[in-house]
Amino acid sequence: MTFPPIPGSKQPDITPPDVEPEEFTEDGEVIEEIEGQALAEATLEALPDRPAGRRQWALPKQADPNAPLLVVENLRTHFSLASGTVKAVDGVSFQLNHGEALGIAGESGCGKTTTALSLVRILPSNAQIVDGSIKLMGIDLVQKTETQLKRYRWREISIVFQGAMNALNPVQRVRDQIAEPITERLGESPKAARKRAGDLLELVGIPRKRGRAYPHELSGGMRQRAMIAMALACDPAVVIGDEPTTALDVMVQAQILELLEALRHKLGLSLILITHDLSVIAETCDRVMVMYAGRIAEEGSVQEVFRRPRHPYTQKLLSAFPNIHADRRTLEVIPGSPPDLRNPPPGCRFAPRCASAMAVCSEVVPEERTYDGVRVACHLYGPDSDGTPVTTPPPNAIGVTTTEVS
Amino acid sequence: MAEPDVPADATVAEPGAPADAPADANVAEPGAEIFRLTDLEVHFPIRGGAIDQIFRRVRGVVRAVDGIDLTLRRGEVLALVGESGSGKTTTGRVIVKLTRQTGGRVDFDGRDVSDLWSTKQLKGYRRRVQLIFQDPYETLNPKQTIHDFVAEPLEVNGIGTAQEREARVVRALEDAGLRPASDFLLRFPHELSGGQRQRVVIAGALVMDPEVIVADEPVSMLDVSIRTELLRLMLDLREERGLTYLFITHDLSLAWVIADRIAVMYLGKIMEIGPAERVIRSPRNPYTQALVSVSPAPDPPTAGSRAKRTILAGETPDAAHIPSGCRFHPRCPSAFDRCSVEEPPLFDVGGGQQAACWLAEPDVADGGRALPMASAASGPA
Repeated sequence: MTFPPIPGSKQPDITPPDVEPEEFTEDGEVIEEIEGQALAEATLEALPDRPAGRRQWALPKQADPNAPLLVVENLRTHFSLASGTVKAVDGVSFQLNHGEALGIAGESGCGKTTTALSLVRILPSNAQIVDGSIKLMGIDLVQKTETQLKRYRWREISIVFQGAMNALNPVQRVRDQIAEPITERLGESPKAARKRAGDLLELVGIPRKRGRAYPHELSGGMRQRAMIAMALACDPAVVIGDEPTTALDVMVQAQILELLEALRHKLGLSLILITHDLSVIAETCDRVMVMYAGRIAEEGSVQEVFRRPRHPYTQKLLSAFPNIHADRRTLEVIPGSPPDLRNPPPGCRFAPRCASAMAVCSEVVPEERTYDGVRVACHLYGPDSDGTPVTTPPPNAIGVTTTEVS
Repeated sequence: MAEPDVPADATVAEPGAPADAPADANVAEPGAEIFRLTDLEVHFPIRGGAIDQIFRRVRGVVRAVDGIDLTLRRGEVLALVGESGSGKTTTGRVIVKLTRQTGGRVDFDGRDVSDLWSTKQLKGYRRRVQLIFQDPYETLNPKQTIHDFVAEPLEVNGIGTAQEREARVVRALEDAGLRPASDFLLRFPHELSGGQRQRVVIAGALVMDPEVIVADEPVSMLDVSIRTELLRLMLDLREERGLTYLFITHDLSLAWVIADRIAVMYLGKIMEIGPAERVIRSPRNPYTQALVSVSPAPDPPTAGSRAKRTILAGETPDAAHIPSGCRFHPRCPSAFDRCSVEEPPLFDVGGGQQAACWLAEPDVADGGRALPMASAASGPA
């Protein structure tokens, strides 16, 4: 097991030039029978633990070693359409620490994917970051040119996309696709890159020789594993998973989530998991950020937010999910539909659908306030509030103890 | 590997929602049998290419549905749950007569309908049994107005006068929650949201006034909040119109919320079937147990609860290469010798629950608990 290589060192002794990697053995004598989880487990077992935040690469020159890993402040990403400007992300701030897993949740159109794509600036051509900063170790990525960004994509931040079938090149062997960023970004020789691609495939539970397969020859789960291997190609500090398990069967989903978790702990990765499925976040993340219509509704530790949701939207969303491990219950309906982001409501964007809405909600944008480490943007929690709602919500709303105010 | 424990604090994630859970299947009186599938088989031949086609050569057989017995009772919601390739969709298609079975028999309302295939014969049948597809974006014709889509089955079947047809279209749309219907009649699918489209699809099924609706993943393309509205609509329609549903889904949690009974399929066979409460709370087949254990819940795990998950290795084999004996045995954590040789039938384990597992066999099972591997390994009979 030679993974992980020492970054920056390209001495020939790391990959002995005469030894052909195993994947070239014909009618292989040593064909590994195990694959999937067992292989990933065995490979991970053999690796030394890497503490969270241990750098694989020299810090970028302008980096501040004391800065948090990733700080996003007041991010605004807008799309220009013929019919107007869509404020897909409209003032989003959050922080990601070393070794942490942050889940971004919300329904379609809430801006969670746009937020993720903004982080690495791979937005569609009609989208633009109009305001805000994305500071990776203190370096603002928003200000970087395309060329300068190359230093950060793959090596610092990489993405696992949802549809592995669409994200992988159908006419290139999986191994070669994984090797490509290694040669391109790290300047490794093609041979060394292929060797490392093989190591990575084993790490995610794909037998090395299966790397010769084309994407269509792999099953859905295997393709998603290959996508993860590719995201790890340049040993990044942050991996973003954009609905990485959405199209998969529940058992395969469990396998992939288990793999991501093992990789995170073993490699000291930080993870941003974007999904519409709060259940997945509950099981894999440390913190959760619930988005609604381009803004943050609530953000905090998974334990706190799931056990004591404060924002009415979080409450409704949580009770719209079936819980197989609890009693059968009727699911909540959230009446109405999300607002048109070309012309969002002036106050709280959830107000038109909110059962606890007050007069102020449709006029004033609620400020984000923090209680017990949970950030919530809702008028129920006023300036002097201690984290309990200041008004009595209607009986069918879900809330903790309340104090009557007009 | 017996009953998965329910954490005592499992209800914490349920923030005050009233626990007016859907009635237990035992409470909801089971109606008369409306569908009965007996030893149903759907095998697809694998042909390599044009030459094979010409010479009718067969290179193998995909056993999509491989001998299932299933009854559907009037007024119930039966969820057919399985991973991709389990044969759940094929079973649904046989019921609505879109796929021809290769073996077995289908009875509908006391009549053998296995050989009902001519368009004329199917007309009456299709009025009574309707299908809802998964993807509302694909189901609707982008060039057809909502009115034309919903009215089409009436026109094709020559039902009623033009006036009666209009009235039925309006009623179906309003029943499907598109009120007032006049706002929607002349619109095109692209003018509607995803949830509204699926309502149109439901209206298209309702307009025939069917008795049975086969719903194939009707909500899996939709957002959670919209999903709930549609599930509620479907359950309300059951009350109002006395509908019977075969609800096909890959999501066990969803089945848990809406179904009276759950049937779990794996590689073309039913592994376990019974009242939802029993199948989820005390699953007897190791496959069901594993599925329940990995189904995520919106409830962060507390220390130690993580260990209870049983993640099966590998993926479902393809239906052209079904393992010998119990088809689940290569992935089964509790498999023993007999499992690789002999296929277990569905054993009755009480309370209307049946499990296809040797561990559930009345002689072997002890006090309703699966035996540990060692003591159960009595060898093949």
